[in-house]
Amino acid sequence: METAASSRRGFVNILMGGGFTAMAAWMLYPVVRFLIPPKSGEPTIASVTVPWKPAELKINSGRIFKFGSQPGILVKTPAGELRAFAATCTHLNCTVQYREEKQDIWCACHNGIYDLNGKNVSGPPPRPLETYKVNVKAEQVIVSKGA
Amino acid sequence: MRGLRLVLVPALVMGALLLAGGRAVAQKLPEGNSCIECHQGIGDPRVTPPAEKFPQDIHLAKGILCQDCHGGDPTNFDPQGSMSRAKGFIGKPGHQAIPQLCGRCHSDAAYMKRFNPTIRVDQVQEYFTSVHGKRLRAGDQKVATCISCHDVHKIRAIKDQQAWTYPVKVVETCGRCHGDAKYMQGTKIATDVVDKYKQSVHYEALTRKGDLSAPTCNVCHGNHGATPPGVDSVANVCGTCHSLTAEFFNQSPHKKAFAAMGLVPCVTCHNNHDVMKPNDTLVGTDEKAVCVNCHDPASAGYQKAAAIRASLDELRGAVQRATAILERAEHAGMEVSQPKFELRGAWDALLKTRATVHQFDPAPIQKLSEEGVQIAGKTYEKGVKAMDDLRFRHRGLWVSVGIILVALAGLVLKIREIDQRGG
Amino acid sequence: MRMGGVPRSVAELLRFANAWVEERIDLSGARELIRHKVVPVHRHTIWYYFGGMTLFLFIIQVMTGILLLLYYRPSAEEAFESVQFIVTEVEFGWLIRSIHSWSGNLLVATMMIHLFSVYFTRAYRKPRELTWVSGMCLFGIFLFFGFSGYLLPWNELAYFATKVGTDVTGQVPLVGHLIARILRGGEDVTGATLSRFYGFHVAILPLLTTAILGLHLFLVQKQGMSVPPEIERSGRPIRTMPFVPHFLLRDLVGWLSALAVLGALAAYFPWELGVKADPFAPAPAGIRPEWYFMYMFQTLKYIPAKIGPIDGELVGVLGFGVGGLFLLLVPFLDRKTARGEKSPLFFWIGVGIVTYIIVLSVLGYVAPGGN
Repeated sequence: METAASSRRGFVNILMGGGFTAMAAWMLYPVVRFLIPPKSGEPTIASVTVPWKPAELKINSGRIFKFGSQPGILVKTPAGELRAFAATCTHLNCTVQYREEKQDIWCACHNGIYDLNGKNVSGPPPRPLETYKVNVKAEQVIVSKGA
Repeated sequence: MRGLRLVLVPALVMGALLLAGGRAVAQKLPEGNSCIECHQGIGDPRVTPPAEKFPQDIHLAKGILCQDCHGGDPTNFDPQGSMSRAKGFIGKPGHQAIPQLCGRCHSDAAYMKRFNPTIRVDQVQEYFTSVHGKRLRAGDQKVATCISCHDVHKIRAIKDQQAWTYPVKVVETCGRCHGDAKYMQGTKIATDVVDKYKQSVHYEALTRKGDLSAPTCNVCHGNHGATPPGVDSVANVCGTCHSLTAEFFNQSPHKKAFAAMGLVPCVTCHNNHDVMKPNDTLVGTDEKAVCVNCHDPASAGYQKAAAIRASLDELRGAVQRATAILERAEHAGMEVSQPKFELRGAWDALLKTRATVHQFDPAPIQKLSEEGVQIAGKTYEKGVKAMDDLRFRHRGLWVSVGIILVALAGLVLKIREIDQRGG
Repeated sequence: MRMGGVPRSVAELLRFANAWVEERIDLSGARELIRHKVVPVHRHTIWYYFGGMTLFLFIIQVMTGILLLLYYRPSAEEAFESVQFIVTEVEFGWLIRSIHSWSGNLLVATMMIHLFSVYFTRAYRKPRELTWVSGMCLFGIFLFFGFSGYLLPWNELAYFATKVGTDVTGQVPLVGHLIARILRGGEDVTGATLSRFYGFHVAILPLLTTAILGLHLFLVQKQGMSVPPEIERSGRPIRTMPFVPHFLLRDLVGWLSALAVLGALAAYFPWELGVKADPFAPAPAGIRPEWYFMYMFQTLKYIPAKIGPIDGELVGVLGFGVGGLFLLLVPFLDRKTARGEKSPLFFWIGVGIVTYIIVLSVLGYVAPGGN
């Protein structure tokens, strides 16, 4: 026989128990999501794996990739060597590109020209492009700072 | 004690070398040379300066001494003998005589190649094509000669950072005359050019940003053949560095129009000495714009100027908006490196439109602007999404607080209950 | 108890688990302790909650800290980037990190309230002197937790605050320079300092805390709660409430509220990341330590460079040392309370200390002159 008191007690128990269970679940969810590692794996400031396999890169070509939040340019020289530089022009920060016909790196904004060592050889750029280190591991090309 | 000396001596030598570095290495003056010994030792401030300055001179470093320019006999310690005309002594050369005096060696290819195989030997020849050279021949005693720019008795190598001709120091060197209104009295040459140049973006690039390729006086006016560029050649001068812009200008209708009106390209809108960092406000139809100086409101040019300015404003606005929202999101801890990366394309477009302005044709500018606006729009959307995610977090919080409040309510009721029950 | 059969409700499950344990381990002693533990009820009862609150926040620190160290990298090259990674890439990383930073600050605040409430209610008197001393040790440990943790993100403010802070410890006479070197892992604040502070923060200090906190809690359980002297002296019978469930449920109210507050702080006032430390850049304007060191920082600013023949900073450091020592030894110095008499001197000293801390801390934030 349920008295008013015991039904109220039941309600309180459910409220408290339910509240605590909901809380526990609500808090467990972020912890579990936290523990699952994110896609990017680890901080990408020091080094980056470019999204192309070594075989995909043609001789005498260059491609832009993302290095942290800045662009980088990966070049395969006519001699077949892989080189990487920061793709931010040292003049006014436009993104540079590779020129097949001239075999150089060019900035379209004000006609700045860099050689395949990243050295500024003509036009307004005052400094060479920052050079990155390129390592090839199995099917991966890894570019890192601090050449 | 021995050990101490072993350390002290090299340390002192190092110290001395370090002190001397940064300046031209002070040479030791040779002994047994009467010119130096007298002019050094005599103590009269009217004659000692050359000897005091000479240790810094590059000629001394190459073994070229007083007698090689001034003549005379340095082995003779008698003033009559050492400074005798018979021995070729020329004393202090007159103003007019200086270029020839320096040219005796510096125009002699065979002689100069002994010291530096790649050095030029046409400086004197060039000098006489310059305004300075021509006026010197006409008898002007105030124009610059070799020593006005290269100093005398303390001539430093051109790579020496203290040299009067080092790029950062050139404006000071030329300014010694060209910035002095009193000295230049009687000529029609403006003397505010030095002050104007020091306000310019070129001077800032040279001095503050350390860009030694930035132009100073000699880059536009020439060194030894210093002449103000003629009206039809200014564009070529500016175009040596600003090649793309010059190319655009030369393809534009302004080239012919300027020539017809006798207007100097580049300088008409951007000035020559006080070239400031350009702003989008330079283009357009409002009062700060330069277009309205020629184009009246009824003209086609006026319409084009307005259209060009509109494209620039639209693109700049879109890029600024996208940048602002991405910064806000990043500041709040949201991950926006991908959209920031993509936004660079819009910044690139903005820079390109500003160069393309010199075609004075709205069509290509509009095209570039549209490309940039599209990119900026997309990245702006991504920024909005990031801010939405932030709001999602806030909403999540309120749900948490709600759940906690439910649990709290249960707790408080339970407390009340057991208090009543047990007391 | 039921044999066989599947428990059909939470209550049944709990009863079953209970019985299972009882058959194997005799927990009757602990049970009796908990059942009979009572908490005195009087107008100062509210202060009893602050010890438990500090403990709760410490547990939050341990849990969020463990989660953070799964991603954090304690080297000068990677620390900042790893925190940035946690906050931007890891799911709910922003939440865990902000809670950890806020909870650390809240912990020091509740700890100070706990310290001073114990002080003013004279709970340090016999037989609780050891509880007080262990508590003071914990106070020092937690301040060092805060100091070492502050450096770990390796941002500009933290780097320079650590530089200034370790400079001050270097002022201690005789051993100061050695202490500073041990703290910094060298002559200057470098990556070595970071590694060291990390070691302190996640290993050495937790170990010390476990030991000393264990002692502290054991003593509190064994000796029960102290009643303020004037209430004892009044002779009136002291009402009590059972620890379980009455006091504990009230504790929980506080803890859940703290949890809600932490969540709100994390969502609306996320802890700043700042900009990565550059040891070669000049110190930015407005370096200051965390608020719980502010009064010391500000005091040092006001002391003149030299007091007589002695360095001003040295006088400051010695002053803090004396203050700390006074607090540590207060149970042994407060003779009147030990004798059961009123002790107005110590009351006013306490008021003085609290006022000094509050005033100097406020001044640290509002005073003009380079802050």
